Amino acid sequence: MGTEISRIRVTDLSGVMRVEFVDKDILDESAIRQIASELVKRVEAAAAPRIVISFRGVEHLSSAALGTLITINSLAKKRGGQLRLSDIKPSIMEVFTITKLNKLFQIFETLEKAVEGFGGK
Amino acid sequence: MTSAPQSVFEGSVRLQENNKEIESVQASIEEILNQFNYGDTAMFAIRLSIEEAMMNGFRHGNLQDPTKFVEIRWRIDSQSANFHVIDEGEGFDPEAVPDPTLDENLEIPSGRGLMLIRAYMTDARYHNPGNHLEMNFRKGKSL
Repeated sequence: MGTEISRIRVTDLSGVMRVEFVDKDILDESAIRQIASELVKRVEAAAAPRIVISFRGVEHLSSAALGTLITINSLAKKRGGQLRLSDIKPSIMEVFTITKLNKLFQIFETLEKAVEGFGGK
Repeated sequence: MTSAPQSVFEGSVRLQENNKEIESVQASIEEILNQFNYGDTAMFAIRLSIEEAMMNGFRHGNLQDPTKFVEIRWRIDSQSANFHVIDEGEGFDPEAVPDPTLDENLEIPSGRGLMLIRAYMTDARYHNPGNHLEMNFRKGKSL
């Protein structure tokens, strides 16, 4: 549906797409599907997309959300770009460690540090 | 007259996919866990495990048939929390799920729910034919 309220906030600055979540729990599957389709659309519209997804304020994350991150990561790589993650609190970081996805993703302490590494500011 | 505080909480509910009631079930369970001072780590573990178990039931068990139900039952006391999540599917062999942590599987976007449940709960097992997950959390469990 085109009238759905977006579950993410996206800012394009210095050629880096910064994504933040509206909700503190990224659990609900329909919300995750909506986030995925919005992100896929944006990544597909960009040449060599540089994206930072910040988890500031996020308290819970399900495996379906991890699946979306993997999809976005693969898509960004395929298009010659890169996905970075930031602001992951320790309890959520544990989810990444258990699933060993900390090996797959480039994870930064803060959004600013992630953007810096991209050469944006 | 004052009555002794309740020492065991039991309940069950049957839900269809897209039913937002899962949120209120999670909230009720959290309230019980709070009463027994389970703590934040336990609440995180249990909330995530219930979410993953219900999702698996809807998606892989009921194959997203909107007419089918997933049932959740709980029994919680001061020391342990026990859950049963039962879907209306034909069941599956949990051993057949490929290990998502292997390097060659890291980029496969699904198949992590059960491993998270196993990591966060004290124990978790499927009853035959594989449409009935039982999971337990014992207080003091650490990862």
